[in-house]
Parts: sequence; C-alpha cells; structure tokens
Amino acid sequence: MSDLLNIAGKSYQSRLLVGTGKYQDFKQTRAAIDASGAEIVTVAIRRTNIGQTAGEPSLLDFLPPDQFTYLPNTAGCYSADDAVRTLRLARELLDGHTLVKLEVLGDPNTLYPNMIETIAAAKVLVKDGFDVMVYCSDDPIMAKQLEDIGCCAVMPLASLIGSGMGILNPWNLQIIIANATIPVLVDAGVGTASDAAIAMELGCQGVLMNTAIAAARDPIQMAGAMKKAVEAGREAYLAGRMAKKLYSASPSSPTTGLIS
Amino acid sequence: MQLTINGKARDFAVTQLTVAELVLQLSLEGKRLAIERNGEIVPRSQFANTQLAAGDQLEIVGAVGGG
Repeated sequence: MSDLLNIAGKSYQSRLLVGTGKYQDFKQTRAAIDASGAEIVTVAIRRTNIGQTAGEPSLLDFLPPDQFTYLPNTAGCYSADDAVRTLRLARELLDGHTLVKLEVLGDPNTLYPNMIETIAAAKVLVKDGFDVMVYCSDDPIMAKQLEDIGCCAVMPLASLIGSGMGILNPWNLQIIIANATIPVLVDAGVGTASDAAIAMELGCQGVLMNTAIAAARDPIQMAGAMKKAVEAGREAYLAGRMAKKLYSASPSSPTTGLIS
Repeated sequence: MQLTINGKARDFAVTQLTVAELVLQLSLEGKRLAIERNGEIVPRSQFANTQLAAGDQLEIVGAVGGG
C-alpha cells in the first residue's frame, strides 16, 4: 500500500507527527516515538545551558538526524520577528534544514495563535526559502491565506495546545480541508486515540501531537494507540463512510426467511 | 573582555577571542549549537575566524524537547 504523506517534496509513511517535550527523560521520549512510528518529530530551540553540562546527553543523541526528520518549532514566540529569528537559528543548527513549524502565540493563557503575526512571519520565511508548516486558528480564510503565501502545510488547532479537549470544530476543519490544495494537519488539542481517528476521518493528511502521548499514564502504550488511530482514521476516510440515516434504521440481517 | 552570553555578562581574561575559542572555553565543543552575535548568525564554518569584541551580545542555542 503506498498511501504516503507528501510534504515539501518528501514522502512519509507515517501520518502521525509527534512532539518531544514533557517526557520523563530522553529514553522515554525515544521509546514513545518508536511506538508511535512517527518519522517527523518537533523540537524546540532554546538557549544552551552554559557550564556544568559537559558530557551531558542531548535530545538529538537519542533521535539521530539520519533516522528522523526534525521539525524545529517557534514555541514561545509572540512576534513574527522572534519566530523568524528562531527559525534562522534552527536552520543553522540543523545544517541548512528548511522544514519548520511556525507558531506565533497570542497570549500565554490560551496559547492561541496570533494570526496577524503568523502571517507576517510566514511571508518572510517562505521568501527566505523555508518550507513552512504553520500552526493556525481553524479559520478557513486564514488557512487559505497561509496557503497563498506559499506555506507547505497548514495545521489548525483542534483545541488549545495541551488541553486534550479534542476536536471542537469539525465543521471548520472540513471547510479548511475542502478548500486546501496543500496538506491540512491537526495540530494541538488531541487528547486520546478517538480524537486522532476523527481528525483523519475528516480528511486531515496527518495529526501532530505531544501532550496526548507524553501526559498519558503510559506514554509508550498511548503512542501505539495513536499510531493505530491515525492509520484507522485514514483508512476509514479512504474507504468512504456510509451515509448517515437520521431517524430511520436499516436492518443488517435479511428481512425474509424468518421463522413463523 | 566582557561578553553577554545568553543574557548573562561573563568576563574572559583575554584581549582576543574567536567564536571557536569561546566554544572551547565554555566546554561546548562537539555540541550541536547555533550562535548569534549581535543579532547576526555566525555560521559554524566562520567560528574560527570570527573575532569577538568586548560588549558583544551572544545567543547560543540548541535543540530541546518541544511540541
């Protein structure tokens, strides 16, 4: 079966993208990512600790760059300038790597995207040669504008980052998917396997999550559940679900040949 | 020479220092990092021949876990 996720000219078997934050340690991070089957993993860019860290292992030691596609993010950035600056550092850090996740936040309580700053940053980054996967509101007009700017994927939130509230507005997601000619991935808000399956059944090309796996009681088992959910949801989408029949049942067994 | 590194002032008992020498002094050699000097990225290939000046503002970053 060759149903691949294509992003910025590269194909991926897995439609589940995972974050690398909030795990107990790097060993658990790696085990969860292995169980998820994810090929694309997000990383954050932060100041290096100076002093007393010589010889300390780093995240990248556990996730070798020849085995995973990194997706450096701009988490914590509240302006277009900060986001662009962060991703230029990421490109230098990762030897010219251009695939990035842009997110420009609007406020620290909701972590809701600031779309005005997001659009400003996207314009600069696309012009600068980045392949921009962009975290955005579930507003169909915003998503279309990001596509027109030249982003390689739009990633509307299902619900607030880290909330686990699931897909709050499937109707908006469907409009975004119907209008898009680039991949639409749900980013943020997935809480459990059924949320991921629903996103895929709606026609999303993929799902990006972190907390749903990392904050599960057993992250590694949940990672496996998410892998199956994304696959199941994708197959259900491709298979085409039956039409819903409101207020009228239809028996599955023959209505003839009943004993009397 | 005083430099501000990741927001913190640090003194170095030298008059000349390249970015490559700074990386060694901070025991960061071999680590995957990116460095910005006064808002401009210093490419890794330029570490050895980039001389720092007193008062330079440096950001030294790496990749960490995140979503």
